[in-house]
This record gives sequence, structure tokens and C-alpha cells, in this order.
Amino acid sequence: MAAPAGPAPVVISARDLRVQYGDREVLHGLAFDIVHGETVVVIGGSGSGKSTLLRTLVGLEKPSAGQVHVKGVDITKASEREMDRIRKKIGLAFQGGALIGSLSVGENIALPLVEHTTLKPTTIEVMVRIKLEQVGLTGFENYSPAQLSGGMRKRAAFARALAMDPEILFFDEPSAGLDPITAAGIDDLILDLKQAYSMTMVVVTHELASAFLIADRIILIDRGNIVAMGPTQEVRESRHPRVRQFLDRVADTTQDGDVDHLRMFTEGIR
Amino acid sequence: MQFVADVGGATERSVAYVGGLAQLFGKSVRLLFVSPLKRGLLAQRAVHQAMAVGVGALPIVTLITFFVGVIIALQGAYELQRLGAMRLVASLVAISITRELGPLITAIVVIGRSGSAFAAEIGTMRVTEELDALETMALDPVAFLVVPKFLAMAIMMPCLAVWSDFMGVLGGCVFGVASGSFTFGSYVIATRDALVAHDVTTGIVKALVFGLVITAVGCQEGFATGAGAEEVGRSTTSAVVVSILLVILIDLVFTILFYLARGAA
Repeated sequence: MAAPAGPAPVVISARDLRVQYGDREVLHGLAFDIVHGETVVVIGGSGSGKSTLLRTLVGLEKPSAGQVHVKGVDITKASEREMDRIRKKIGLAFQGGALIGSLSVGENIALPLVEHTTLKPTTIEVMVRIKLEQVGLTGFENYSPAQLSGGMRKRAAFARALAMDPEILFFDEPSAGLDPITAAGIDDLILDLKQAYSMTMVVVTHELASAFLIADRIILIDRGNIVAMGPTQEVRESRHPRVRQFLDRVADTTQDGDVDHLRMFTEGIR
Repeated sequence: MQFVADVGGATERSVAYVGGLAQLFGKSVRLLFVSPLKRGLLAQRAVHQAMAVGVGALPIVTLITFFVGVIIALQGAYELQRLGAMRLVASLVAISITRELGPLITAIVVIGRSGSAFAAEIGTMRVTEELDALETMALDPVAFLVVPKFLAMAIMMPCLAVWSDFMGVLGGCVFGVASGSFTFGSYVIATRDALVAHDVTTGIVKALVFGLVITAVGCQEGFATGAGAEEVGRSTTSAVVVSILLVILIDLVFTILFYLARGAA
């Protein structure tokens, strides 16, 4: 990918970002910048808060404190109308696909186009076909999401996230729950997308191999704090004990993380 | 003192719940007119819902109200026969079906078929993150899911109620003719004489309100679904239970109001 001339503009910037579920703080004041065109992978264990971070960046969770600027707008203070304007510039591929079950795959991808553009139905049909081709699902327009395998559903979700030609693309656990071959296929797809468009991508994952393959920069989150942030190589060579533990796959002696995670569910908090 | 606090807490929750229903309805009405959703898509989804809610319920509503018509005629005939007033069977059936049982039984069938389905559909969408997906695509879940359901119910519930009136009367007629007290023609005339337009319209108004309540409860329970598949089951159950309770309560209030209005007239 050609490096843009001069420093790339910052598209996402978080300062002292805190998120609470009830009384329990999940993210303890994160600060980072993501610049235009880079692929940032957020890694962390289960219950580390990485999914919460993703949900906050797209406006699904309200932070309890701090600021998050996306494309220059503080989404913590944005009105619904402003928020919707930003949402049209971002795409999010959910972990399980989250395709609308009552619509076909083609209709799912067409949905944002039908709603937010004035394109003719024939044009939308062509665009749907192009998007499906990009993710390797040519000819699957008329299938229902339930008829697809897990990997295909994720691909269809990518196609829907790409439908509006977003400026920022978010992925939630793109390779979780897939066999190694399908997961490698998804990684290739992300690398293809990275090459084809100079899109900013934020990927949340706990798959280390995949993270090191696709990332320009890595942010490692542990128990709601950023413990490492930097170019892929730098994080790989970090000497920070928690980073080493995560990268070398050493088990915790206590199960604090899991207990916390369990408590989150038993307290009935999503 | 704990008892008082409990009663207060329960009351507060109930009021908040009904407030939530009203809020959902209000938002839906607003979105119907200033809908961010394109007209074509809204109409398409409303028609789809109307088919599921109305046309799908037709066979079961037909069957049940027909049988209820027969049952009312039979029960009435017990007493009326002793008084030699078999002619009154027709008016008994006509009035009890149109004013009360037609709309009520329709509502209960629709709760079982559609109220539960609304809660299950929206609840499942909550669990599979489809609601979040709609939001990140800048589509309002209420506009996309709830408005078409309200529209479909507002149109189909009165239609179903009229149809159930017809089937109930037909059930009574079958008994009347079979018992030898009526010919088909004389039963129809007796029914026509017994009914005034007011009887049918009050039934239709009730059915409309029932439909709106069923939709609001089903959707609200769906949105309130927590994490996990078993939560969907819980929402579905409470959608049915709460809907039946509210429908009966509203029926009571309506009947009291109609009774008082009649006394004043």
C-alpha cells in the first residue's frame, strides 16, 4: 500500500475513555489515535473489554466519561441525527454475522443502499452482486442467512459492511469459531480489502496469528487497560510481562478474568 | 412497612411498564409519519406482517368462533327452552358474539400466534446482534420492525373481528336450524333485528385497541430480552401472559364505559 504524503489524518481518537456496566467499570480510561488508512488490531483475552471498546467506537455503548472523536465528531455528545450521519460512513461486520434473518443475503446487503441512497433498484442489484463477488459469495443473493455456513455468513456480513463504501471498517472477531482453513481465508479477504481500498480498519480478535498477519498496529487490552500499543513488530518483541504472557499463551494462576466475565453475565448485564 | 414498600415497588414497575408501551406506540406513530424508512419498504413489510398476522390466523379464528357460536346457542337453549323463548337464542348469540366474544377470542388467538412471535422475533434479533446491526446501519429498529407490525395489526384485527362475528353467528345459526326452532332465513332475520350497528362497532373498536396493545407488549418484551436463548423463551412467555391480562383489563374498562354511555343516552 502506498504511504500517503505527509502525516495521515487521525480518523478515530479516544481520550480517557471509560465505560461502565452498572457499577462495574469495564474500560478504565483508554487513549489512542487511529489514522487514516491503517489497520489496527485490538487483541485481548475474554472479558478484557475489547468488544466493549468496539461497541463504544460505533456508538452502541455510551461511555461514562471521556471523549471519542470519529471523523472529527465527538460521538459521546453527538445527537442521534449526527450519529446516523457517521454510521453511514462506517461498516461493522459482527462476530456472528448478524444478518437479518427474515431477509435474503442479497436483501441484507441491499438494505443500507435501499434506505440511504436514491439508486435505482437495478443499480442496487448490480452493486449487491459486486459486493458478493468481492467476498467470494457470487451467486448467493437468494439464499437465506440460515442456509449459509459460519464462514459464509461472516463473508456475507463483510459484504453488507462494505455496501455503503465506508471510510472505516470494523470487524468483531472475524475468525472466531472458524476452522483454520476458513479462518485463513477470512484473513486473506481482509488483506485483499486492505489492498483494494485505502480503508481504515479496526479489527477486534483474540487470534494471535491472524492479528500479526493483518495488523499495521496492535493494541493489547487487558482488564480494561491498554498494556501495549504500537507497530506489530514492536508489540511482538515487547518485554512487558502481561504482553509476554498473552503472546506466549501462559495461563493465569488465578481465574480473576473469568470470574469477572462470569459475574458480568450473572448480574444480568449484557 | 416492607409490605407497603413492595406494593409501592410493584405499582411503580407496572406504571413504568405501561408508560413504556405508550412510549413505544407514540414513537411508532411519529415514525409512521416522519419515517426514515422509505415508503415502499414500509408498505412491503407491513403487507408481509398483515399476511402473517391476519390471513394466517383466519383458519383458526374461523374454527374457534364458529364453535363458540354453537356453544353459546347450546348453553342459551338450556334455559330459554324452559321459558319457551327459543326465539331469543339468535339475539343471545348475536349480541354476545359481536359485543364481547368475537373480539376477545380473536385477540387471544392473535396473542398466541403473533404476540408471542413478535417477542420471539425481536428477542432473537437482540441475541444475534441483529438489532445492533440495524443501529450501526443507521436504521431505527422501531421504524424497521415495530411500525409495520402496528400497521398490520391496526388493519387486520378489526377485519378478523368482523369475520369472527360472522362465523360466531353462523355457528349459532347451525344450531338454531338443527334444533328446528329456526329456518335459515328466520335466523338471519332474528339476528338482524337483535343487532344494532353500535354492537358491531364497539366490537371493532375493542379489536383495534386489543391489536395495538398486543403489538406494543410483544415488541416491548422482545426489546427487553437479555443475553442468551433462554431469555427469548422468557420474553415470549411474558408477552403472552401480559397481553392476555391487559386485553381482559381493557375489555373490562371498555365495557364499563359503554355501559355508562348507554345509561346516559
